[in-house]
Amino acid sequence: MACAASLPASPPVARPRARRRGAAPWLAVIAPLALVGAWLATTSIARVFQPHQLPSPWQVAAAAAELVRSGELWRHVAASAARVAAGFSVGATAALVTGTLVGLSRTVETLIDPTLQVVRNVPSLAWVPFLLLWMGIDEAPKIALIAIGGFFPVYLNLVTGIRNVDRKLLEVGAVFGLTPIEQVRRIVWPSALPYLLAGMRIGIGQSWLFLVAAELIASTRGLGYLLIDGQATARPDLMLVGILALAGLGKLSDAGLRRIERRALGWSDAFEGR
Amino acid sequence: MTAHGRALGGASTAAITADRVVKVFRNQVVLQDLDLAVQPSEIVSLIGPSGCGKSTLLRLISGLDRDHGGRLGVAGRDVTGPRREVGLLFQEPRLLPWLDVRDNVALGLPPAKRRNGGELVQRLLAQVHLEGVGGSLPRQLSGGMAQRVALARALAAEPEVLLLDEPFSAVDALTRMSLQDLLLRIWQRTKITMLLVTHDLDEALYLSGRVMVMSGRPATRADAIAVDLPRPRDRRDPALARLRVELLDALHIAGVDRATQGGDT
Repeated sequence: MACAASLPASPPVARPRARRRGAAPWLAVIAPLALVGAWLATTSIARVFQPHQLPSPWQVAAAAAELVRSGELWRHVAASAARVAAGFSVGATAALVTGTLVGLSRTVETLIDPTLQVVRNVPSLAWVPFLLLWMGIDEAPKIALIAIGGFFPVYLNLVTGIRNVDRKLLEVGAVFGLTPIEQVRRIVWPSALPYLLAGMRIGIGQSWLFLVAAELIASTRGLGYLLIDGQATARPDLMLVGILALAGLGKLSDAGLRRIERRALGWSDAFEGR
Repeated sequence: MTAHGRALGGASTAAITADRVVKVFRNQVVLQDLDLAVQPSEIVSLIGPSGCGKSTLLRLISGLDRDHGGRLGVAGRDVTGPRREVGLLFQEPRLLPWLDVRDNVALGLPPAKRRNGGELVQRLLAQVHLEGVGGSLPRQLSGGMAQRVALARALAAEPEVLLLDEPFSAVDALTRMSLQDLLLRIWQRTKITMLLVTHDLDEALYLSGRVMVMSGRPATRADAIAVDLPRPRDRRDPALARLRVELLDALHIAGVDRATQGGDT
């Protein structure tokens, strides 16, 4: 070989992020349109179902409009959303702390993980009477229940994520003299972030689930209350408004987290699906 | 030798000292009473048969692995764990994939310089000829570029001693030569003490002042071959070819052809 090769000129590699490839977005509306079509067909057109069993989309829309006009829908939505926000924040924060400690330390894991696994298996509704007894029928038991619901998915995923942190990157942290807290903040959490965010998406779904469990039993407002009220007054249209509102809110919170996920994980070089 | 304090007594002038170091790995003795001394501003290469414990020795010196017998000293102190004064360049770049190039380099800066370290980082990137890529993510870099970022990050810590664990073994031959030249230029400017583990005889001869040949497992001694040629060297220099033959003979004695079992440790 002749003399030393010179260094290759460094090309400016800041290439624009490739357009996310994927299927055409309109494919997503096929299923909902088909569902509404079937609903219309079996209520307004063919009358397979009677209005007291399944009201038509028009009746549900009218009920919703009525609730919007009176301000009642907003009151229920606001109450439920505030409970989920508070409960999920508490649960996810607790999961972040516990999950980090358990993920980092085998000793802490042995100390508390088996207990948490037992607690995790208590069905959500089983908590309700106990929480009511302890915390009264106020907001506290509802928020506690939602926190329990949000806690476990975040906790479990975070522990898995931390156990998947590349040991080689931790060695880099050690070589550069990072303190344990810096190691967690700069290496462990960012590494585990894909798992953490996946856990949060499942967790927020669980929080909505537990919210309904709480509101069905003791509440005077909230979407769960709307469902119970519809049942008591034989108004299936109100119940459907409640169900649709829950579906919409759940989807909205998930979409928000997905947005965060896409932004926070832009560095990832993982397979994104075809 | 009169003063024989804790700070490595008489050997305190050396940048790296190993004194009867023993390493046992899964009931196998990897290093047996190994002695080594690297003087300040020296570049010393360690070669030897695969699995002879070269990388193990480097990990011990870096403080990442603390489980050993005997004494190790770096930059005037006993090794008790990783220190910022002791840099380590790994075989792979090991960049943090969520940080851009600039932040990856900044990770190496001493805590006091992390604030307003932007200009320093830019200077380090210029040293490795990567001024233009500060905002790029590691996944956008080629192997050679990523390893240059890793080198800049290692230099950011301002180490007194730089340990290099087969740092250029994963890149193609041309890139490897340019990286060797880059390393040499940095050494000529900074005179950082370097201890380099490599499989590449030409790399060892091109870069180092001494090449140490470790014997097979367990490694008990490291014979040194001095390379008394000014740097930068001409890769075609017949003197290097003669030393290469000498090295091959030394490796032969060390048992490189007695088929080595297991991976490199």
